[in-house]
Amino acid sequence: MSFQHQHAAHCESGVISNLLRHHGVPMTESLAFGLSSALSFAYIPFVKISGLPLIAYRMPPKSIIKGLMGPLAARFRFETFRSAAAGQQRLDGLLAAGKVVGLQTSVYWLPYFPPDMRFHFNAHNLLVYGKSGDEYLISDPVFEEPVRCASADLARARFAKGVLAPKGLLYFPEAIGRQDVTPAAVRKAILKTCRTMLAPVPIAGVRGMRLLANKVAKLPPADAHTTAFIGHIVRMQEEIGTGGAGFRFIYAAFLQEAATLAQMPQLSAFSDRLTAIGDTWRAFALKAARMVKGREPVDPVAIASKLRDLAALEEAFFRDLKAALP
Amino acid sequence: MDIDAVPQEGNATLGGHRKAMYARDAEGRIVIAPSRGWEAEEIVTSHAVDTLQAQAADALAQVRAGTASPLAYWMYACRMDVALLSQTSGFWQWRVRRHLRPAHFARLSASQLARYAEALGKTVDEIRQVPAA
Repeated sequence: MSFQHQHAAHCESGVISNLLRHHGVPMTESLAFGLSSALSFAYIPFVKISGLPLIAYRMPPKSIIKGLMGPLAARFRFETFRSAAAGQQRLDGLLAAGKVVGLQTSVYWLPYFPPDMRFHFNAHNLLVYGKSGDEYLISDPVFEEPVRCASADLARARFAKGVLAPKGLLYFPEAIGRQDVTPAAVRKAILKTCRTMLAPVPIAGVRGMRLLANKVAKLPPADAHTTAFIGHIVRMQEEIGTGGAGFRFIYAAFLQEAATLAQMPQLSAFSDRLTAIGDTWRAFALKAARMVKGREPVDPVAIASKLRDLAALEEAFFRDLKAALP
Repeated sequence: MDIDAVPQEGNATLGGHRKAMYARDAEGRIVIAPSRGWEAEEIVTSHAVDTLQAQAADALAQVRAGTASPLAYWMYACRMDVALLSQTSGFWQWRVRRHLRPAHFARLSASQLARYAEALGKTVDEIRQVPAA
């Protein structure tokens, strides 16, 4: 099998770009991320993960895959299953037919993850490109090298229950209409991201950051829950959803590619500016982590004020980006 | 972030793996650079792991003192809480809470125990007891 694995910062954009490259489309992870308008911010207090609210720095699962269908005139097939047996049978059949298949899984039940990263997070994505004996050959883009997983473990990970239960979801392309990316598609994708970030709803975009800031500012400094909450904001930023490097940097990489691809040289300066905003997020994470560790007194008001600064930076950024598009 | 600023501090929670990060190289191009992880990440991840382990240790002490059922220990040991165990086992949350008490747990039928065992990825025999001291 001639499948080429490539290391990526985020599971879904990594999976889809590896899968598209396998089918001959020159797609980088950052281009997939930007073209599907995946950058976002959302604070969703009514969805709880281990008792803490969902804080997302990107669009919901599956939106990257779905967001690329328009620009590439592609059709994907998505299938879910009632039973693990049916799901495994279908996967084996597709592999026998030579297909590379995308899967949604839980992270907790994948034994190749390091123990400290195995949390009950159900929206992980990976590619299966073969089977050897009882083991599946897996390209998990957040790992440097391909990995293997026993069939019983993979079945459990695919049929994990709870929030965002994958229900055995598998997907693969049925048709890809075009191999190149048009300047019009790039422009449309950037405008969509600007709209998301500046959306007139309280929980999304820069308003979501401000709502979160207001919530954090009210937390009692001495409470253990406050420390857990502050740590949670950073974990959602850096680790959960295997976001890793930070989505602001991935989007900055996309803007740099888009400057050439869509002949919009003005985007280069925006790429630099977003990189600087990404660095500000990292400074925020470091300060928050120091409080969690007890090296600095826990200060919810200071955290809230940093979040408001970030909201102001991003609001100005996306307003200017929108205005700079032809 | 510039490529020489990509953290290589060796985040222990990554278990020796490297993660991909985006950073600017000397020519100003943004490229993927593997990172051994950084301090901030390690702190918040180990804090979350420690919280879960402390819950499991508390539950274990309560099981030994006879005030909690073995299910309470296994729930936390498998990094779950009542809400998640309810979703994965199909029992209502109030029933899960009841089964965390020794007397109610002792009255569970074989099929009910099997549902919990399945949800936790353990055998029925395993979830009926806790690790020896």
